Amino acid sequence: MSAVLDHHGHDVHDHDHDHHAPSGWRRWVFATNHKDIGTLYLLFSFTMLMIGGILALCIRAELFQPGLQFFNPELFNQFTTMHGLIMVFGAIMPAFVGFANWMIPLQVGAADMAFARMNNFSFWLLIPAAIMLVSLFFMPGGAPAAGWTLYAPLTLQMGPSMDAGIFAMHIMGASSIMGSINIIVTILNMRAPGMTLMKMPMFCWTWLITAYLLIAVMPVLAGAITMTLTDRHFGTSFFSPAGGGDPVMYQHIFWFFGHPEVYIMILPAFGIVSQIVPAFSRKKLFGYASMVYATASIAILSFIVWAHHMFSTGMPVTGQLFFMYATMLIAVPTAVKIFNWIATMWRGSMTFETPMLFAVGFIFVFTMGGFTGLILAMAPVDIQLQDTYYVVAHFHYVLVAGSLYALFAGVYYWGPKWTGVMYSETRGKIHFWGSLIFFNVTFFPMHFLGLAGMPRRYADYPMQFTDFNAIASVGAFGFGLMQVYFFLFVVVPMMRGKGEKAPQRPWTDPDGKGAEGLEWEVPSPAPFHTFETPPKLNAAATKIIG
Amino acid sequence: MKTMNVLEVGRRLGRLGVTLGATLATQAALAVGDLPGGPAVNQIDLHPPVTKIATEQMWLHNFMMIICLVIFVAVFGVMFYSIFKHRKSRGAVPANFHESVKVEIAWTLTPFIIVIFMALPATKVVVAMKDTTNADLTIKATGYQWKWGYDYIKGEGEGLGFVSTLDTAQREMSNEGKPQGDNYLLKVDNPLVVPVGKKVRIITTANDVIHAWMVPAFGVKQDAIPGFVRDTWFRAEKTGDFYGQCAELCGKEHAYMPIHVKVLSAADYSAWVDGKKKEMAAKADDPAKVWKQEDLVARGEKVYAANCAACHKADGKGAGPIKALDGSPVVLNEDKLKQISVLLNGQNNGAMPAWKQLSDTELAAVITYTKNSWSNKTGQGVQPAEVLAARK
Repeated sequence: MSAVLDHHGHDVHDHDHDHHAPSGWRRWVFATNHKDIGTLYLLFSFTMLMIGGILALCIRAELFQPGLQFFNPELFNQFTTMHGLIMVFGAIMPAFVGFANWMIPLQVGAADMAFARMNNFSFWLLIPAAIMLVSLFFMPGGAPAAGWTLYAPLTLQMGPSMDAGIFAMHIMGASSIMGSINIIVTILNMRAPGMTLMKMPMFCWTWLITAYLLIAVMPVLAGAITMTLTDRHFGTSFFSPAGGGDPVMYQHIFWFFGHPEVYIMILPAFGIVSQIVPAFSRKKLFGYASMVYATASIAILSFIVWAHHMFSTGMPVTGQLFFMYATMLIAVPTAVKIFNWIATMWRGSMTFETPMLFAVGFIFVFTMGGFTGLILAMAPVDIQLQDTYYVVAHFHYVLVAGSLYALFAGVYYWGPKWTGVMYSETRGKIHFWGSLIFFNVTFFPMHFLGLAGMPRRYADYPMQFTDFNAIASVGAFGFGLMQVYFFLFVVVPMMRGKGEKAPQRPWTDPDGKGAEGLEWEVPSPAPFHTFETPPKLNAAATKIIG
Repeated sequence: MKTMNVLEVGRRLGRLGVTLGATLATQAALAVGDLPGGPAVNQIDLHPPVTKIATEQMWLHNFMMIICLVIFVAVFGVMFYSIFKHRKSRGAVPANFHESVKVEIAWTLTPFIIVIFMALPATKVVVAMKDTTNADLTIKATGYQWKWGYDYIKGEGEGLGFVSTLDTAQREMSNEGKPQGDNYLLKVDNPLVVPVGKKVRIITTANDVIHAWMVPAFGVKQDAIPGFVRDTWFRAEKTGDFYGQCAELCGKEHAYMPIHVKVLSAADYSAWVDGKKKEMAAKADDPAKVWKQEDLVARGEKVYAANCAACHKADGKGAGPIKALDGSPVVLNEDKLKQISVLLNGQNNGAMPAWKQLSDTELAAVITYTKNSWSNKTGQGVQPAEVLAARK
């Protein structure tokens, strides 16, 4: 398992001679190196992806046909709840932090993250939180079953595992905030001389904006779940109607966190795609400045659209109209991004290695999720579709085909730099096409189920919905298998150092066209320490001179 | 760790294989047809609309679908043209352009204008949807874990009230994994009955947690929020039966509290109101009546089956966090008021909900039943008057 990382061990590279990095378990537990911590984050998030995936497959197995076959409805609700929490807080968010750890110092020419020890702490906080999350199932009464949104007053009826779950989420929130502070300080203070903000790679830009979003909204979530906790145990009535509280207030607070949260999970994905598309089109990113502005506008708009998750709670007309208009506005900067990517491809000289396949797959399938988002934004249509499978289809199109595909694209794109080994192109292509097909088999029929009115979070359903559910279940198992394939046949060989040796610039043609950026200025695999002295950059801040 | 994941997935797959076999074997039993007013088999669109609002929603959805599809084809037409034409293997040489303020402005303004164009018709529908004034009939729908209570507040039928619960056989079929019938999970004991062509205003609220009252054919979905009232409305243009389900996660039986609305002609509706009024008068129990022990137990058994058995189970053993009644210190307690108070006020933050909506007689009967069933042999009886006295 640790082979990847042996490449960075002390005696491989010349300039590690004077370095006395701890080895064995100490290297990981006391890790302060951004690359090691990045690796830890990525492995952690993949583990959580597998656990969350198993829960998803339990859900799909139960829904394969009508009637209860495997699980009682209580346990089923626990699965849907924990699947959501684990995927959002355990898989997607830490995976992007892992990318940030690996790539931001390499891309801005910094020696490491700004706060190396805090970096260690923010990773290791995740472990007890994750153990606690998974162990909720074994507590009296089982795991929380109120949905990942944890709506009051259902949460007030939950057993003791709810309190442990709240505690786990507090810890994860603290970890996210520390990670974000680290990223902001690194980007703002540690860029190599000559790398101005507007010359920064897009991935750094999207993460900078994401980190601000995280710092703004994680405390809001902490507030919401703390109020839930005090309602449960300390006699307050924030959300409990019996004491004069307002359950809908919980939803307002939650979604004030929740909507920026979904952009937290997609903006860094935009960043990764914005790096890959130009590299494989052998052209510069079209409209760099407008990409930055579009990202910033999406982030700002994300604070004024939260109540579109709540149209069915019964808002006044003006409220519905405001949130409907604001939400539809988000389509504008998002469309600009899509157009810019396509303009980048236009009249390029494209090749389609796996990172590019995943990036193009991302643009194509994410856009479908974007369109269903626009349809859901229409309040009158949303009244039909709210809380049905249409919503489930929509957010899996943006979170799986969006965030997860971008993460895969990033692993294939930067993996050679991390490990010093090229992945097998055939296996990468099998992984891509398998994932794309099974993803659509799983989630496309859910649009139909939602339009036909099948509510989400149902352990059993009327028999008219049987066939589409059966198809979705088959697709889900296929999709799950593809990710096991990815781990066993792509990730493990790379980590063991098995495969063709990666050149320093795997994605650059001999004539210099292709991937640009400081990460390609260091050898493959990237040595344990990079940019120990600030590099001198060319005018575009993409190359080291002298 | 990785091997564990593989094993886990393998085990799940094995199970799916078994299920697949089982499905094929029971395919005949799963035969199902369309349910008029409810879902059709493999339906891929919204329900056929029965109200103006639902018609408008369907129009809006189609309108959006067409615009989105046109944009989709145009944008991805360009992308795929580029993908096929501008590839290195075809000798494409990369161009150098990477900026154009004019183009950027153009493709910021275009989507902006398109969304305004989309928002205009939607605005009209939002305003119409929210106009709940001048209703002919007002009905309060109360969400309980896990059933709907309907009270006719104003208009023809004023004063009527009943509870609408999923047909018990449906829940059993679900548990056994042997579903049957076109109205599986949608069949209730007492459907909500409304007249055709009249504006019906539905006021929603809830007793415990948030539920949502939804009828797709009417284009109506409104959360029912405890401690608050919200409202929505519909004017059904056709008689018939229309179905929906609870649309907000409300606990373990969330999937088992359907909504069935029966739309009748004006004359049929009046006849139904008359019949229901007589039925209610006949059923009303006099709380002062003194019951015989065996009658109370017999009545209590029915009340228990309809209200308590979903959680506490028919054998009174409970399950998981649900406390057992069999041998429960509260049930066996000499002080009958203890159990009466739990039923009237609930317990554990509503995990055991309050049941004050049941009548004094029903509560007295079910308490007597639990005190004298399974291994509980207290011989105690509770009369309706005692429950009435404890209600304060």
